[in-house]
Amino acid sequence: MAEKIAGLTASRTRQDFVSSQDVRWCPGCGDYAILSQVQKVLAELNVPRENYVFVSGIGCSSRLPYYVNTYGFHSIHGRAPAVATGIKAYRPELSVWVATGDGDALSIGGNHLFHALRRNIDLKILLFNNRIYGLTKGQYSPTSEFGKKTKSSPAGVIDYPVNTLSFALGCEGTFVARTIDSDTRHLGEMIKRVGEHKGAAFLEIYQNCVIFNDEAFKEVTDRAVREETTILLEHGKPLIFGKNREKGIRLNGLELEVVTLGNGYTEKDLLVHDEKTADPSYAFLLSRMELPKFPIPIGVFRAVERPSYDHLLEEQIRQSTKAMGKGSLEKLLNSGETWTVT
Amino acid sequence: MKELEEKESVVIRFAGDSGDGMQLTGTQFTSTAAVIGNDLATLPDYPAEIRAPAGSLAGVSGFQLNFSSKDIRTPGDAPDVLVAMNPAALKANIRDLKEGGMLILNEDAFTPQGLKKANYTSNPLEDDSLTKYELYKLPITTLTVNALHDTGLTKKEIDRCKNFFALGLMFWLYDRPLDVTIDWISTKFKNKPVMIDANVKALKGGFHYGETAEIFKRHYHVAKAKLPPGRYRNITGNEASALGFIAAAERAGKPLFYASYPITPASDILHELSRHKNFGVRTFQAEDEIAAMGAAIGASFAGAVSLTGSSGPGIALKSEGMNLAVMTELPMVIVDVQRGGPSTGLPTKTEQADLLQVIFGRNSESPLPVVAPSTPSDCFAMAIEAFRIALKYMTPVIYLSDGYLGNGSEPWLLPSIDSLPNLEVRHPTADGPKFYPYQRDPKTLARPWAVPGTAGLEHRIGGLEKENVTGNVSYDPKNHELMCQLRAEKIARIADDIPEAKAVGCQRGDLLLVGWGGTFGAISSAAEELQREGYSVAHLHLKHLNPFPRNLGEVLSRFETVIAAELNFGQLAFLLRGKYLFDVKSLSKVQGQPFTIAEIVQGVKRFLKTEEVRSWQKKSLA
Ligand SMILES: Cc1ncc(C[n+]2csc(CCOP(=O)(O)OP(=O)(O)O)c2C)c(N)n1
Ligand code: SF4
Repeated sequence: MAEKIAGLTASRTRQDFVSSQDVRWCPGCGDYAILSQVQKVLAELNVPRENYVFVSGIGCSSRLPYYVNTYGFHSIHGRAPAVATGIKAYRPELSVWVATGDGDALSIGGNHLFHALRRNIDLKILLFNNRIYGLTKGQYSPTSEFGKKTKSSPAGVIDYPVNTLSFALGCEGTFVARTIDSDTRHLGEMIKRVGEHKGAAFLEIYQNCVIFNDEAFKEVTDRAVREETTILLEHGKPLIFGKNREKGIRLNGLELEVVTLGNGYTEKDLLVHDEKTADPSYAFLLSRMELPKFPIPIGVFRAVERPSYDHLLEEQIRQSTKAMGKGSLEKLLNSGETWTVT
Repeated sequence: MKELEEKESVVIRFAGDSGDGMQLTGTQFTSTAAVIGNDLATLPDYPAEIRAPAGSLAGVSGFQLNFSSKDIRTPGDAPDVLVAMNPAALKANIRDLKEGGMLILNEDAFTPQGLKKANYTSNPLEDDSLTKYELYKLPITTLTVNALHDTGLTKKEIDRCKNFFALGLMFWLYDRPLDVTIDWISTKFKNKPVMIDANVKALKGGFHYGETAEIFKRHYHVAKAKLPPGRYRNITGNEASALGFIAAAERAGKPLFYASYPITPASDILHELSRHKNFGVRTFQAEDEIAAMGAAIGASFAGAVSLTGSSGPGIALKSEGMNLAVMTELPMVIVDVQRGGPSTGLPTKTEQADLLQVIFGRNSESPLPVVAPSTPSDCFAMAIEAFRIALKYMTPVIYLSDGYLGNGSEPWLLPSIDSLPNLEVRHPTADGPKFYPYQRDPKTLARPWAVPGTAGLEHRIGGLEKENVTGNVSYDPKNHELMCQLRAEKIARIADDIPEAKAVGCQRGDLLLVGWGGTFGAISSAAEELQREGYSVAHLHLKHLNPFPRNLGEVLSRFETVIAAELNFGQLAFLLRGKYLFDVKSLSKVQGQPFTIAEIVQGVKRFLKTEEVRSWQKKSLA
């Protein structure tokens, strides 16, 4: 690995990661911004281009691998984490990314996502959440709001939606974060953090589907209200938000509470964000913050270290090779009771 | 000294409660017979319930073994000897025992309670129902207690040793040494000297009892078989498959990757492979069969000798992934150790009814090579053959084993490492000619296997239709048809790279028996018996089921009648009829049990005698 990195050309740009394929998303789709930031970050990370692998399932977002000039695998609906696991478990030196949608990851692929996270396989998972099925033209998804009217729910959705980050934290994901397609700078930063994390990294990206669910995230993207409706999580900094940074989050018993500074509360009363808390409970509390009671947290909820599955697997191979010696086929075939016929 | 009588072959069946250790008793007898140099074949028969109520019919576990001084290929049609540890074991197995066969019973278990659990209304030891057999009623439990009274073990622990008492008795009866089993006990209970002492005492107790008690007038000897010279070990099909896959990976110079979700009767392959990490074998116990399939595809894309395995229900789950592998033309082997179905069916029993599932059970035009081993030890060679095809033709390959092969065992003449095929693969690099992911080898039509980490060959593939050569996504109608043709042609060409079909026996004649998979032993033995009786009958065994050997149609045409004998309602027969427009008849059995030789002999005679042939279809129409 070390020699390969040495061979990196220092001056890589986003352009080096643009493939020859025409990008075929609807004009105005949030996926474009994500693609562009992905390409930019790939150029910045310390990984040779040939060591990147992008794996996806099926859905609009899952077309992403075609547009990134690295190794790519467009698999089948929901199964990208499984395919990526096979790649990573066999070749730990590769930087393996998963591009997936809310339907792909949480509906048909919920089981695989759960297991990829709990095993802490070193995968970089980008979940494009547009709260709708784009590719199949507008049915509700597991993240669609209760009561939402869609093509397949003319009378309103009666499934309770999944809280994506609560799910990921419940699986004990070692890196869990959220960002928004329209906030380019933050999006880029988060993708970079994902790329640098060792272990399963999970990034939820609020992504606008202009065709079937336009402005689904208007509350958090609209410049006029954004500062009131979102809160930026920054490690070591207090949880403050609002146009005049006059509001904050404090812990009241076992619950979070929004308080206004000055009303008997000072910054000292607020929670200081700590993404490295080993226990996921704190991050889980943050993930429960929803409008209108709370602003939506954006940023890294949790970033902790834990040996990854692929690392542990290699370690077992090393250990048993050390203990038993490198396998010899001759010996293996001749093991157990053998006898000779003359 | 009692009289020692020579026998050519003996079939013993051990039967008892699933907690009685019958599988262990059977395998120990097998190991000893193997080391002595007998030819042998075994058939373990497990109940589906792990611990059915003790003494119930559902809890009966059996192990049949045929050992011989001549060449044998099946575990034997009917046992010569039945050892039954309780009334339920007797009830479940007695109908199979040969008339006049030896019946050894644990009399202690025939209590009113035990009889009731086995649904006996009268005690078979007291009524006349067992007069057809050479009956030995022995108080095996009491004898074991007497032998072990001074070991300090509890009554329950002593009771657990009674299978070794029975085993010791059988060792005396068939003139076998005890040392192989004593060695095994000593290793197994390395850290529990009390258990070594007790089990060895029970084993010797049984042996001496046979010699001294005035019950058996004679005992028997079965001489060494004349097997081809060389080094042997006894092996089950699942073990042989696992070793074959490791060998294939070694010959390809790459670590093996195995992704699987536990399922009977395939789990033993996972167990075996996970023990060999020092070969670099990476085993991944996935969350389900779909994930296992996906992981195998991922590992193959990354350059692994990649394997996934399951049984029928799991193969059903894998089918969408199998098609992704077909579309991306990645090499891997998919193991199906078949069991009785449909659905969960008979999880611990054998069947051959997944053939059409693996050939046709996927959406669209999806050709896949299918190979099937014929005997437990052949699993080794066919595992390598499956990977030979996969790696050479860049295709997933289905390896169709079954519960009978997987659990059954036989002596295996160890191959020399040099005799194994060389499966070395070369991955393209950027300094070669311009790289296109779907540029095919003109001869094999295989596409190049460029793996991540290779600078300059970055490319994208997936389940969407490919443009010929470039591999880019294409919805062009003509291109789609061309790609379907190319994928089909690639698999069809494998026919030129596998052994031709060969009839064994007459080369043309009245009747050809065609079989595949684990029925080899029974069918070939039946064919030989028919030949000895003067019938012009030949046998042809298929190990490649897709594509078929090049000359198969021609061979079939040399016989008046062709019968496909299989453990399903005629799936191979259906394929042969479809492909060669030949009126292939079907001899089938779907009972979760292998064919006996006699069933095939009788079945064939029915066809030979009555011109009017009755296949199952005709029967069901009537
Ligand atoms: C096995 C299977 N079932 C269903 C589909 C159809 N399908 C394709 S994409 C999709 C949903 C995609 O939604 P999402 O993951 O949210 O992605 P988006 O298109 O919104 O990016 C469905 C149901 C399929 N391709 N395969
Ligand atoms: S349907 Fe929606 S998600 Fe899909 S490409 Fe169009 S805008 Fe994007």
